[in-house]
Amino acid sequence: MKKTVKKPVLAVGPFHPLQEEMEFFQLTIDGEIVTDIDVRLSYNHRGIEKISESLQFDQIPFLISRICGICSATHPLAYVQAVEDIAGIKPPERALYVRTIINELERIHSHLLWVGLAGHFIGYDTVFMWAWKYREPVLDLLEEITGNRNNYGNVKVGGCREDVPNELVPKILKELDNIEKKTEMLTKAVLDDPVLHARLKGVGVLTREAAVDYAVTGPTARGSGIGIDVRRDDPYAAYGDLDWNVITQTEGDVFAKAVVRLLETFESIKIVRQALNRLPDGPVTTEVKEIPPGEAVGRAEAPRGETFHYVRSDGGNRPVRHKARAPSYVNVPSFRASCIGQHIADVTITLAAVDPCYSCTERLAVVDQHKNVIHDYDTLLRLSREKTARISKEMGAPELKMEDL
Amino acid sequence: MNQEELNNKLSEIKDKLIAVEQPAESRIYLSCEAENSYEINKFLFEDVGCRFVTVTGIDSDDCFEILYHYSYDETGCVITLKAFIRDREKPAIESITPLLPAAEWIEREIHDILGIDIKNHPNLKRLILADDWPEGVYPLRKDSP
Repeated sequence: MKKTVKKPVLAVGPFHPLQEEMEFFQLTIDGEIVTDIDVRLSYNHRGIEKISESLQFDQIPFLISRICGICSATHPLAYVQAVEDIAGIKPPERALYVRTIINELERIHSHLLWVGLAGHFIGYDTVFMWAWKYREPVLDLLEEITGNRNNYGNVKVGGCREDVPNELVPKILKELDNIEKKTEMLTKAVLDDPVLHARLKGVGVLTREAAVDYAVTGPTARGSGIGIDVRRDDPYAAYGDLDWNVITQTEGDVFAKAVVRLLETFESIKIVRQALNRLPDGPVTTEVKEIPPGEAVGRAEAPRGETFHYVRSDGGNRPVRHKARAPSYVNVPSFRASCIGQHIADVTITLAAVDPCYSCTERLAVVDQHKNVIHDYDTLLRLSREKTARISKEMGAPELKMEDL
Repeated sequence: MNQEELNNKLSEIKDKLIAVEQPAESRIYLSCEAENSYEINKFLFEDVGCRFVTVTGIDSDDCFEILYHYSYDETGCVITLKAFIRDREKPAIESITPLLPAAEWIEREIHDILGIDIKNHPNLKRLILADDWPEGVYPLRKDSP
């Protein structure tokens, strides 16, 4: 009787270890090292591109801001920019600045969310609680401006639906000062911690070559030394007028990506300050008549990377075709390159370093060949935290302390 | 390369193209027949050094259009290659995944939602349609409700 060699398979999902969206990764392991990956998606597929074809141009921003809860400013912005391009519409200056302010505020709270989750995942619950506490004022500001903490619904073809009232500007500036102080404290605590260095450096490396082959974008690319950023490379909204830096690191590991996100948060604060101080007078919306036949591309730099929309019109009320590509669609597959050869305790933080958004993309457990779960999510989480605790003990490091400012 | 140099570089493959349109300085559209798409994609990725962005599949009345979108980040230019598949009975196009691992998912998606055969794709399994979705029903085709 022929004996077949059975290779153990690890499945990460359908309930993602770090976020609460569904996808299913099947990892093949040899001992405790990952040797291969297969991804199953579609648990959260909602047919948005098809629905777009049945909606009118000005209804679509409401649909697509729901592609993702945390990139929800970027999708409609990329889309309306494409439509404005087809129709030759130039939104008023003030609208461009408001768009910039909203998108950067979103980047700030998205990156802080990520820092918190990453901390939680490797067993630094203090980081988790502080990061999520510090992002609250940003969400409150967004609610004050747009009426919503997420899914702002602020962008439309030709401008914005809501303005940033001039009276609110001093309050936003004051809040930004607070947020900057807290982020400085968080950054110092994270970047100076020797246990975190030991835990995250050299883990989940995405080489520059693999980053190019997988065409990754955003912090995933910038962490591997690829200095691309749509805000600088193909300026949109008010970014061309403002002064700020694109942050890169070269190591390509989880630590590098954490550094990129933390430092970018400071750049975002800088951008919002400049935009508020230079906010031009005038309306935030311009009249839009018909959308003529044509096609165009619109893109924006989401917290996760480049969001790309293609729109084709035949002169009617609805698009003939609307393609939406979220950054996670190219970033998540790169997990294949950064994960193979890693220990299973590092698998979930490696995936988390990509900051995956499955709803954007559409959208981790260890199973054996009979699809019985050997290691479930809780086990993988425990393995990850145990590894941190082990490193911490070996180094004799004190527990991470964070003063209440 | 700056934009002018890029424009010149692109003229190296003009023999394989049906048309070139440049509606704005940083937006270029190249058109070709499906048979030439692989070679032009290879040129854009390897010779020109563009970053792959995504692929849009469109059901146009008399043909299928496969739009390969690239970004030339140095100048912020988006270059789109439109490949026309004239055969509507058995639409097919050569896979670019062997050249660009980044294209694996989107080619599978186009296969699922438009029913286009992606030849020599290393892993042409279902990506976004559910396992029990009926065969032969392609949601993004115009005749699909």
